[in-house]
Amino acid sequence: MIRLNLNGAVREVDAEPDTPLLWVIREQAGLTGTKYGCGIAQCGACTVHIDGVAVRSCSMPVSSVTPDQKIVTIEGLSPDRSHPVQKAWAALDVPQCGFCQTGMIMASAALLAQNPHPSEAEIRSEITNICRCGTYSRVLAGIQLAAQGGETGRG
Amino acid sequence: MTAQTHPLAASSRRGFLAGAAAIAGGFSLGFRIPFAEEAAAQGAASLPPEVNAWVVIRPDETVVIRIARSEMGQGTLTGLAQLVAEELGCDWNKVVTEYPTPGQNVARGRVWGDFGTGGSRGIRESHEYVRKGGAAARMMLVEAAAKDWGVPAAECRVERGTITHAATGRTTTYGAVAGEAAKITPPKDIVLKDPKDWTIAGKPLKRLDTLEKVDGSQIYGIDLTLPGMLNAAVKDCPVTGGTVKSFDAKAVEGMPGVKKVVQVGDSGVAVIADTFWRAKTALDALPIVWDDGPNGKVSSADIAAMLAEGLDAKEAYIGNKGGDVEGALKGAAKVVEATYGVPFQNHATMEPMNATVVWTPERCEAWAPTQNGEAALAAVAEAAGLSATKCDVHKIHLGGGFGRRGATHDWLRQAVTIAKEMPGTPVKMIWTREEDMLHGRYHPVTQCRMRASLDDKGNLTGLHMRISGQSILASVAPNRMVDGKDPVVFQGLNPSGPEAAIGYAIPNILVDHAMRNPHILPGFWRGVNMNPNAIYLECFMDELAHAAGQDPLAFRLKLMGNHPKHRAVLQAAADKAGWDTKPAAGIHRGLAQMMGFGSYVAAVAEVSVDDGKVKVHRIVAATDCGHALNPQQIEAQIGGSFVYGLSAALYQECTVKDGRIEQTNFDTYPVMRLDEMPVVESIIMPSGGFWGGVGEPTIAVAAPAVLNAIFAATGKRVRQMPVKNTDLRQA
Repeated sequence: MIRLNLNGAVREVDAEPDTPLLWVIREQAGLTGTKYGCGIAQCGACTVHIDGVAVRSCSMPVSSVTPDQKIVTIEGLSPDRSHPVQKAWAALDVPQCGFCQTGMIMASAALLAQNPHPSEAEIRSEITNICRCGTYSRVLAGIQLAAQGGETGRG
Repeated sequence: MTAQTHPLAASSRRGFLAGAAAIAGGFSLGFRIPFAEEAAAQGAASLPPEVNAWVVIRPDETVVIRIARSEMGQGTLTGLAQLVAEELGCDWNKVVTEYPTPGQNVARGRVWGDFGTGGSRGIRESHEYVRKGGAAARMMLVEAAAKDWGVPAAECRVERGTITHAATGRTTTYGAVAGEAAKITPPKDIVLKDPKDWTIAGKPLKRLDTLEKVDGSQIYGIDLTLPGMLNAAVKDCPVTGGTVKSFDAKAVEGMPGVKKVVQVGDSGVAVIADTFWRAKTALDALPIVWDDGPNGKVSSADIAAMLAEGLDAKEAYIGNKGGDVEGALKGAAKVVEATYGVPFQNHATMEPMNATVVWTPERCEAWAPTQNGEAALAAVAEAAGLSATKCDVHKIHLGGGFGRRGATHDWLRQAVTIAKEMPGTPVKMIWTREEDMLHGRYHPVTQCRMRASLDDKGNLTGLHMRISGQSILASVAPNRMVDGKDPVVFQGLNPSGPEAAIGYAIPNILVDHAMRNPHILPGFWRGVNMNPNAIYLECFMDELAHAAGQDPLAFRLKLMGNHPKHRAVLQAAADKAGWDTKPAAGIHRGLAQMMGFGSYVAAVAEVSVDDGKVKVHRIVAATDCGHALNPQQIEAQIGGSFVYGLSAALYQECTVKDGRIEQTNFDTYPVMRLDEMPVVESIIMPSGGFWGGVGEPTIAVAAPAVLNAIFAATGKRVRQMPVKNTDLRQA
């Protein structure tokens, strides 16, 4: 059994040590908000926080995470969509198909945690997640809105 | 059950519930099946009244609007709900949506019409009947109230789901009269609102599906979990036309979680395990020997040669012909010639192909992210070996579609075939990204040779466009071909008319197609043939303008006198971009226009090229889609179209070696990311009187506008996509 601190709760999961954290989160823990998109850390749909830092969980073996490291998934970002990034995303209708957006939100939340007022250039270079629907303009606006602490911008 | 529900609906609901319970011992699903939730919550004897097929109103005033088309990011779910709600006159804040199943549609005489969601048709082909559905429901609700009050219905007024009769001071709500309304005979004469009176349609309302997408609670097909469910990973022969020669199941049967190793048809092998990761791990370890079949040696060079031959072929299908092109070329003061081409491209939806299926000898149910529920049902029935009445498909929002999940349900047939190995057990099949990249239905490969004649004043007198290459319909829907011709090939190049018409009056014109179909399977890829045709036509128009020594905008406008809508969007984009002003140092402009999917689009791109590296700074894009149902969502579609179109134009190609696609993931199939996203300024200029699509048309102008700007910046014409293969550094 592997012990994980997942969204504030300690859980024991039955998985082979080389299983990517992503699949343990999705299959053993049953939290499907974290997505599989590529499996090679290219797209970022699998982004979660480990001790507050955004990581691509598809390429991280579960055995490399220690029991005291705090893993946070989209389900644990806030209990009620109240994280500033989530509020900004709702205010600007950022998602289209939405499949990449939980990873996009987790990456954005980690960026703002480390750099509360990033420049546009910093946002553009730091957020490298792939969105095939092409929501990037609103992703950028969403991060800027969240950084301002605002909740609304669009009618 | 209350008496109000349509009897057929009632039986189909009960039938479905009984069927689902019978095959899986009573599912307790983590997401909603249409209709089942109400039945479960209230007991099958008290379903909330269905006023008609489109509208259910619950006693708590919640308005359930049924959506036949699929939501895959394009906003159709919200747009269609806006249309129904507008005519219904309900409170928008009380609106929720649900998908009927294709099985229910068949059982009810296709009361919801077409489920197909492709070709940007979701709204433009169903706006009238869904509005009528909303209007009919409103009329029935009002009549029910009027009848109860003993007053003429015409004297009653509706506002946000509240019905009032001013003279007697009476008021009631939709929820209170819905039961009685459902008993009323549906009206025959329905008058729709004038769009100028719209208060819900035409407004930039928020999407109805956003909140679930910001907290991870939206369930996509890949997320579905059913009780007792197993997972499957699958590999199909990497060469289309190849088969499985052998595989050694024993080598992996003892691996963790593995339940069964199965052959899938002639060409696939799957591992079924308790989790997907264990299934995939075992599949990766499974020794498989493929027989590559007749296509095992084909390379991109072979396919290029095949298309090159078509450029000179005598025989070709004619898509647009007027005057005498050869005569014009012979009498020309100047002849300009160029050949352009586009490669195969994968849709690469963020959510890879997947489906979950429960099969028994008596019944088969599938949960599928599909763009076409009815086509999915047909695929399930065929693969299940059961009649369609013994099958159903539960649609789930798609993690991207872009055309991959509508016309071909190869992935769904696979999932059914795998589930048949585990009767009574739900099996979820997921493709890896690698499987998805190798087994796409690719943007068709074409080349186009263009020859044009200019007179001594630089006027365009003749144009021959010879398209050589692949037909989508020949592979996907041969029944839609016309005397052997694939009309889709000519998208955007058709003679004047309401759809995909060329925007220029050219006295002598010939557009023809030498069909050359390689073994790599094509599909409808967001924007379809309008994408390459816009590159061909609009880049060549730019070449002609330069050959004539004329401004590219002025050169085009001279030819657009008879095409006022094409002209208007082009002029609007040029005006807003400041076409007649000098751009900032290092910035260069290009423009393009096109018409297709019922809409007129144009773009001006501002680009710099530094040490061979293209940077797109700003794009101004104009769209005339007739009616603009939700302007903020149209803006989102326009912005996204540039990401999709420019990712393709700049970076994406699927090349072929030894019969198989070489690119296997996003490391070799790059996608534009935020760092490259240009500023996109949208001009939404609906001129009324028609309904055009918005999910696809703008993609077509993305590439040619940027390619023409690259020429302005470098003097180099990039004629073969993607741009990354051309060295743009200055010598």
